[in-house]
Amino acid sequence: MRLLLHGGRIVDPAQNLDKIADLLIEDGKIAGILEPNTPVADCERRDVTGKVVTPGLIDIHVHLREPGFEYKEDIESGTRAAAAGGFTRVCCMPNTNPAIDTAAVVRFILERTEQVGVARVHPIGAATRDMQGDAITEMADLKAAGAIAISDDAFPLQSAETVRRVMEYCAMLNLPLLTHNEDKALTHKGAMNEGYTATMLGIPGIPRVAEDIAVARNILLAQLTGCHLHLLHISTAGTVELLRRAKADGINVTGEACPHHWVLTDEACMKYRTDAKMNPPLRTQEDCEAVMQGLADGTIDCIVTDHAPHAEYEKEVEFDSAPFGILGLETSFPLTYTTLVKTGVLDFATAIAKMTHIPAQTIGLPPGTGTLEIGAEADVAVLDLETEWTIDRESVQSKSKNTPFHGMKVQGKAVFTVVGGRVIEL
Amino acid sequence: MRHLLTLRETSAIDIRYLLDTAETLKEILARPVKKVPTLRGRAMITLFYENSTRTRTSFELAAKFMSAEAINIAVAQSSVAKGESLKDSLLTLQALKADCIVMRHSVSGTPEFAAELLKHTSIVNAGDGRHEHPTQGLLDMLTMREIKGRLEGLEVAIVGDIAHSRVARSNIWGLTKMGAKVRLVGPRTLLPPDADRLPVKVYDNLAKGLDGADVVNVLRLQTERMERGLLPSLREYSRLFGISPQSLKYAAPDALVLHPGPMNRGVEISADVADGKFGIHAAIEEQVTNGIAVRMATLYALMGVSSDSEG
Repeated sequence: MRLLLHGGRIVDPAQNLDKIADLLIEDGKIAGILEPNTPVADCERRDVTGKVVTPGLIDIHVHLREPGFEYKEDIESGTRAAAAGGFTRVCCMPNTNPAIDTAAVVRFILERTEQVGVARVHPIGAATRDMQGDAITEMADLKAAGAIAISDDAFPLQSAETVRRVMEYCAMLNLPLLTHNEDKALTHKGAMNEGYTATMLGIPGIPRVAEDIAVARNILLAQLTGCHLHLLHISTAGTVELLRRAKADGINVTGEACPHHWVLTDEACMKYRTDAKMNPPLRTQEDCEAVMQGLADGTIDCIVTDHAPHAEYEKEVEFDSAPFGILGLETSFPLTYTTLVKTGVLDFATAIAKMTHIPAQTIGLPPGTGTLEIGAEADVAVLDLETEWTIDRESVQSKSKNTPFHGMKVQGKAVFTVVGGRVIEL
Repeated sequence: MRHLLTLRETSAIDIRYLLDTAETLKEILARPVKKVPTLRGRAMITLFYENSTRTRTSFELAAKFMSAEAINIAVAQSSVAKGESLKDSLLTLQALKADCIVMRHSVSGTPEFAAELLKHTSIVNAGDGRHEHPTQGLLDMLTMREIKGRLEGLEVAIVGDIAHSRVARSNIWGLTKMGAKVRLVGPRTLLPPDADRLPVKVYDNLAKGLDGADVVNVLRLQTERMERGLLPSLREYSRLFGISPQSLKYAAPDALVLHPGPMNRGVEISADVADGKFGIHAAIEEQVTNGIAVRMATLYALMGVSSDSEG
């Protein structure tokens, strides 16, 4: 089985590669990067002239909702949304029902992915049983079954003691701990960023300092335990600065940001738009700029989505009652290209690096993942950088429609992906 | 007008129209037979997700004095108790041919949600969370205008739990649109974040906040604020921010005192002030009567004139 993607511009940041070339795939692996028009016999050929060929995009922060919430999303629809966005590999958060807190659930997700997935899926194990914040999970078992990391996403650990014990276990097992950073005593029943917009709307606020305090605590505990701490969905200028200082101090900490946290501010919540409600919430222009600066200077390592589907009827309710979360997979690359690359915040290769081999390294995937090196898994994204289009909530692959980007004009789109040598076209 | 959701988004022209209309309609309340046929054949439904006696009664009387059908839905007994969503409840009331739904809800923004959802029914916000309570803002303004003769240039101090107050927000927007100057006075734990970005002056000291004020609008202090640790004690709050004959000396000599009710006598307002002793001008009962007048004006504006009157 050979596949040749010919005529495209190959961009592989891991190899510092950016040139017009043909990509040869054989038996599910990258077999060669050839001069254009190199004759290759016996192969399926795809003309990708005018397109960009990159490693398949990797999103280490998505919610696939299966098992338990299949009415919002399932592994089939979620990986289709991933493929539509150029992603070939996603890591799914443990707040399912049951939570990913036992090896059995990890195996279930891997098995379902084998059956119905059109992108690779790595389950992330819960830090505590049923994500209750009390007893820690059997992390060695989770890892042995295939969990790639440990996280408390959606149910942030409040007890510093619990964080410390989880970190000690993660350090022992060489697993990163991915933390949702929120001091719940400060956020209460908050539903959007605390500030002028919330004051005007009369919505209880989520102060920025609630994130910063949790980040500072988790960084100190990472320093104590030697655990690799990864900060999920950074939303505040304070967190960016704390991460910058921690890295300068040599602490083993990394971080990620989602497009909505640099593209939108809390003003998107005006008119009580529940599609602009997520946690951490949309902040202020100052925070957006700090996040972009953090991405540009390397403080923030990865671009992720926090893809969090919710059924339409769940979002068509009172603002305070609506669940937190928005879609992300199908808009991440276009938003990144439009708002970071076209504007000169990041060069194209750096943006791709933050969506491919850097997140792969961050979460501990094997070397070669997220690259087009010879012998690597043939996971590829073919991207069109020219197409301008309007984001439309009605035409998504996800089961849900909760995007605040509906109606926004963007540039750049995934054309198709290749996963393990198999072309994924929707 | 199609809805009355907020004073923030109501124009000065519409506010003046509602106040003028209320002033005219108030005359009906002085008649021995308080009934005019203006809204005959129209139906108002009150949908209250929070307990209220005075506001709901006020709307009901306003409708009845103008011959509209007035139906109250007690939410505890309704289909909400059976798990019906707000969306479905609203669609049902529209299908029952309500011309106007008067709603109160503990969550901010629900009247906007209703207004966006319903195409054939007007929505009146009778208080949503800590967001707005526009008819309260209107009745406060009507009372001030009646007694002070004007709104423009009035110095109005709003005192108390600003952070959680929909009355405060409707007062802020309504009064500033009509040319009054607004001050917010309260302890820092009860002032909303970024309050200084509102068109107001902010004070955490009662003497400074009341200095020369023409009107003192005293907010009700919810005792549950203490349980959340926002206040150390009612006793100290009363000493620092309570409106008493002594603290009123900081205000203008003829200062008018308002309170949206129900009052906690001895906490945010002393009994002497509430009862208008020592020549203090408190207009708390007048506010209640004016409440009926502004609600009559609101119902008239939404149901009484042809639907395309906004042009």
